[in-house]
Amino acid sequence: MADNPTVEFALRMGDNCLVLGQNVSAWCGHAPVLEEDIALANVALDLIGQTRMWLGLAGELEGKGRSADDLAFLRDVREFRNCLLVEQPNSDFGQTLMRQFLFDAWHHPMLKMLSGAADARVAEIAEKSVKEAAYHLDRSTDLIIRLGDGSDESHHRMQGALDRLWRYSGELMAADAIDEAVVGPGLGDIEAQYKDYTSKVFGEATLTIPEAAFMQKGGKVGLHTEALGHMLADMQFLQRSYPGAQW
Amino acid sequence: MYAQEVKSTGKGVLSLEEMDPVERAFQEKVNAGVKIEPKDWMPEGYRKTLIRQISQHAHSEIVGQLPEGNWITRAPTLERKAILIAKVQDEAGHGLYLYCAAETLGVSRDQMTEQLLSGKAKYSSIFNYPTLTWADIGAIGWLVDGAAIMNQVPLQRCSFGPYSRAMIRVCKEESFHQRQGYDIMMKLCAGTLDQKAMAQDALDRWWWPSLMMFGPSDAQSVHSAQSLAWKIKQDTNDELRQKFVDQTVPQAKYLGLSVPDPDLKWNEEKGGHDFGEVDWEEFFQVVSGNGPCNADRMAARRKAWSDGEWFRDALMAHAEKHSADKVAAE
Repeated sequence: MADNPTVEFALRMGDNCLVLGQNVSAWCGHAPVLEEDIALANVALDLIGQTRMWLGLAGELEGKGRSADDLAFLRDVREFRNCLLVEQPNSDFGQTLMRQFLFDAWHHPMLKMLSGAADARVAEIAEKSVKEAAYHLDRSTDLIIRLGDGSDESHHRMQGALDRLWRYSGELMAADAIDEAVVGPGLGDIEAQYKDYTSKVFGEATLTIPEAAFMQKGGKVGLHTEALGHMLADMQFLQRSYPGAQW
Repeated sequence: MYAQEVKSTGKGVLSLEEMDPVERAFQEKVNAGVKIEPKDWMPEGYRKTLIRQISQHAHSEIVGQLPEGNWITRAPTLERKAILIAKVQDEAGHGLYLYCAAETLGVSRDQMTEQLLSGKAKYSSIFNYPTLTWADIGAIGWLVDGAAIMNQVPLQRCSFGPYSRAMIRVCKEESFHQRQGYDIMMKLCAGTLDQKAMAQDALDRWWWPSLMMFGPSDAQSVHSAQSLAWKIKQDTNDELRQKFVDQTVPQAKYLGLSVPDPDLKWNEEKGGHDFGEVDWEEFFQVVSGNGPCNADRMAARRKAWSDGEWFRDALMAHAEKHSADKVAAE
């Protein structure tokens, strides 16, 4: 898409935040308990805030005059660079939390590493975001443990969610030349940390990682699942229906 | 706002001389502006009226998440999306403090939720209207939150301490909500012809329901007198409605929008606007369950509650298991 790997990398980070934030925000008013409505709104707000920083950076470095909003609301599915995990539909609350945990367990160490990135702009955004990601990870870890090791029904639901979503976790770690160019040599550490952390948490949650899962990928290069197109149709409706209008 | 049909005991207001000494001491405290706190003695009617009013208010905040939540995923820019999420989150937060304030009167949040879901408890009629366009998000902030502030500012001086204190915080956030709504309207009115038409259409649809938020006319409101005596209420419904109209009409003019009331005109003599009669038949229909969205709103809340049951049960199950572990370890 662009010669500068940072543009592509910022799109990946920004699109992850945007697509997950958009999904999470749809829970507002529909969560199982009032405290969860409030907490999920917080997570969504953090992610939308991070989106604005990453897509703002991508637009600026790309140099075609596109703003963060242009990138969010005027690209089609094939131009989105988020991983497949975050675009998986909300489904039940258990799947929503499992998706969040599988993402947070990667997002937090990734941002931590990026805080020391060679590119000062990247490092600055990562530093601003890492505290939020630490809170997200604390929260999702706690809930995964309590629900996995809760009632029979919650255990069953969480195991089902892990069985369904684990196949999308591999893509987070599947680094390519763009990731390597921006993140540097530490990428392997993130994968190791991810494995350690998720194994420990799933152990405590009495959940079993599916052994023979075939890891899906494609999001980073714009090959998505069908869910993303529907999300974009909803999210981009006003910008597409009233071209050029200011809101 | 959000508590339009609060039925108090209906005994009629007693004079100080007619009261027994305990009630008289209570009323004298109220008259002197001393706050009533949860552990203080209070007449049963006062307690019941407050439980109804605060829980209706809380329910309105909770159901009120739905019409605006309807546009979170379609907000037109990232900034508008963030602002709207924050606003709906504030509403959930208001619901939470209000449930806590009501709990100090001896009712649990679960009981109140049960009353909402069974249809026994009411919530504000305004949330039974649909949000059809983005301009409705502007109109709700401007008009609905504007009306809410009008109602809630005097509630900061309510005689019951926990409600009064909750209102102080709520009012601060509501005034931010109103500004964001008006800001959306300004942007639309300065925009394309389509956007301005969208803004006018939203005002046309939300104007009368907003006036209904103040509740029935004083002549029809049998419970106002007792609530005023108890300082649960400070102004009558009609006084607040008048204030709202007087404040809002110039704001509409500034936007270049017309208020959909042919009888609206400035009355120099009273120093306020004359305006048309609210369609009370529509109001009572909406309050009694026949508004355009009552069934959908309740279905959404019931679904959230029943779909979430396993989640709530699981957290309890985990806590019980682990408190058993702790006991075993000791």
